[in-house]
Amino acid sequence: MINELILMNGYGYYVWSSFFFTLISFATLYYVTKLQLSKEQNRFLSKFGSLNEDKAKAARSQNINKEILSNTSNI
Amino acid sequence: MFKYFEPNKIFAITSKAQKYVLFLFIIVLSIGLTEALILSPEDYKQSHSVRIMYVHVPAAWISLGIFSCLSIFSIGSFVFKNKNFSLISKSMAPSGFVFNIIALVTGSIWGKPTWGTWWAWDARITSMLILAIFYGMYLLAWRIYEDKEEVIKITSIIAILGLINVPIIKFSVDWWNTLHQSSSVNILSNTSIHTSMLIPLGIMTAAFTLFSLLIFLMKYNTELIKVKNKGLDRL
Repeated sequence: MINELILMNGYGYYVWSSFFFTLISFATLYYVTKLQLSKEQNRFLSKFGSLNEDKAKAARSQNINKEILSNTSNI
Repeated sequence: MFKYFEPNKIFAITSKAQKYVLFLFIIVLSIGLTEALILSPEDYKQSHSVRIMYVHVPAAWISLGIFSCLSIFSIGSFVFKNKNFSLISKSMAPSGFVFNIIALVTGSIWGKPTWGTWWAWDARITSMLILAIFYGMYLLAWRIYEDKEEVIKITSIIAILGLINVPIIKFSVDWWNTLHQSSSVNILSNTSIHTSMLIPLGIMTAAFTLFSLLIFLMKYNTELIKVKNKGLDRL
């Protein structure tokens, strides 16, 4: 049963390499995208932290900045 | 209508939806892989090599679908001067490109046991390669050009030219003699593929769609935070 699943009548090499290539591509794309997102979130946090009180208040008044802050603190 | 595309409204949804989409994707992919590799039958002619179809066909469908959506949003951003449309289309491109590469590579692997060759300048394969070139140019344009107006104009032109290639890919098997067979799955007419193969194909297509949605959500959030980072610099 296991041998049949791996060898697949001699087509195992083609089938498994196709599936592995697909899954590795998925993992790489997910990892790269996640890395880029984390990088931007960290940049946003450090920039927000360096704002003075007035500027921070002005930035916080925008809904989207509040959303980013609430999501960034969850990572 | 455009109020539904306001960044803060979309961001609230996209940031919360990611974990649910990832969870659903893992479940659907697990079921799809079990169906595709274990439960589905082998083909009477192609034997087990037919299983490559379960990654090759959904990847090709989704890369075509993403390019069509990307083109519509690109044209929208150019015509209506809506910057959010350009962010949406930009966020779609990476997953579309990866699906296109998967379709080309798995197609090449499938070609060896089926046609006896890794590559042929067949109309379907060549037009898919051209689509990959359009995806590459589209992604490169966003990296090369700094001026926002200019990059929107250039990417819109690339998207429109690439969109012409989409029906050519679809109908290439009918217009020319190719190694590819004509389509077995049709929405409007009869589907010639047996349900024992159609079900895993459908599940794998759903899994791939969820994955492209997940990457889009993550990429869109990245782009939006990038814009907000620039906004903080200007404060």
